[in-house]
Amino acid sequence: MGNKTSLYSSHQAMNGKLVDFGGWDMPLHYGSQIEEHHKVRQSAGMFDVSHMTVVDVKGAEAKAYLQYLLANDVSKIEPLLGKALYSGMLNSEGGVIDDLIVYNMGDWFRTVVNCGTREKDLAWMGKVAADFKVELIEREDLAMIAIQGPEAIARTKSVVSAERGAIIDSLKIFQGLGSGEWFIARTGYTGEDGLEIMLPNTEAELFWKALAGAGVAPCGLGARDTLRLEAGMNLYGHEMDDSVSPLAANMGWTIAWEPASRNFIGREAIQAEKAAGVKQKLVGLVLRERGVLRAEQVVSVAGNEEKGIITSGTFSPTLGYSIALARVPVGIGSQCTVDMRGKQVVVNVVAPSFVRNGKQVF
Amino acid sequence: MSDIRKELKYLSSHEWARVEEDGTVTIGITDHAQEALGDVVYVEVPDVGSSVSIGEEAGVVESVKAASDIYSLVSGTVVAVNELLQDAPETVNTSPYDDGWFFRVQPDDLAELDDALSDEDYRDLLASEE
Repeated sequence: MGNKTSLYSSHQAMNGKLVDFGGWDMPLHYGSQIEEHHKVRQSAGMFDVSHMTVVDVKGAEAKAYLQYLLANDVSKIEPLLGKALYSGMLNSEGGVIDDLIVYNMGDWFRTVVNCGTREKDLAWMGKVAADFKVELIEREDLAMIAIQGPEAIARTKSVVSAERGAIIDSLKIFQGLGSGEWFIARTGYTGEDGLEIMLPNTEAELFWKALAGAGVAPCGLGARDTLRLEAGMNLYGHEMDDSVSPLAANMGWTIAWEPASRNFIGREAIQAEKAAGVKQKLVGLVLRERGVLRAEQVVSVAGNEEKGIITSGTFSPTLGYSIALARVPVGIGSQCTVDMRGKQVVVNVVAPSFVRNGKQVF
Repeated sequence: MSDIRKELKYLSSHEWARVEEDGTVTIGITDHAQEALGDVVYVEVPDVGSSVSIGEEAGVVESVKAASDIYSLVSGTVVAVNELLQDAPETVNTSPYDDGWFFRVQPDDLAELDDALSDEDYRDLLASEE
């Protein structure tokens, strides 16, 4: 028996196929993950993401703490209340402990970290916090529902108060604002416009049902994975982990090198790596023939002894063929070979992003 | 509980076989298998006229989640394949025992099917895997 979110009985009532995910009983799909995927690309779908860990960072040194803890710099989000920042949290060897979102909440910050890494994250964040005047507050009282797709915002507005509707209208992309006990953010993990809403556990079921009534399709973790992969978004434990540098995981853009005076955990290691020349990078792979690229398959590059590896692979419901993310030697050209179940298959190499706002982008 | 049909024979790798009136044997995957695989996106079946053998890979079914080899329950010659699955692989999910069949074999020795699992054996197997 795993942990249950406040929406567990709703998932059962909607015929969700419940599976263990990082210690939580979560819906994989409610019948067909491909249909759910299409709903998000074409209209609107909703995901229970209450299993994710929300940690509020408060105290006089909250900013200084996060500037030391994270590779990205929270000073970037200071100018706009509610602005969100994506960042890696690195270890001193430059590996990625986790990737997370941090919101500017005025005089404090809200972070959202992965569920599978919860314990080590909390231990690490707590350990680093010992040297700062900060308080870390885990918000287990909050549920989180992601509503995603071209019609997600309109349909959500149809079931919330006028006041919350006005807040939703005011949100810029990658910004979140509080409304009573709710926190409404224009963020997501699908490559579509939409919202992620945190609200008290006690209100989650009613809101979920209201969204369903407004035609928002319940979607499981299966569709969440194919959507994020089409969008070229990393999944912790696949594209990166404690032993993978953010520079080899398409996270270079999340590292704030300037100001050079800002020291952050892992800086020395990745700076040395950058100076020496990064050896691997994350790319997208496309297979237009039959077959599905899968994680762990080995990638070979002509004229290079070093091998690469597929970090995530799937069938892309939007494109109708297989796509993958792979960590490969930096010298890779426009094609490479993948060992697919003993067969050497030539595939095309593209930038690691496939679909955004319903359209092919490579 | 997944659908298990009385008139069929089964393998522990979740294929089924049905003996047709003309003595050929139709092969597919079980309701339990399609459920476990999730949305099927590709099906690879042997060519018509080729030989299949018990215990040897005869095809592949790929879902969003995983790839799985397909085994025949009898050795023999492939006499028909389900063309529908090339354009509509999801038929395996919606109709695993009827429209979603994979291929049909003219068996060398129909008695080979005696070694396969009965519906009751297969039900026990699924119960033991839970």
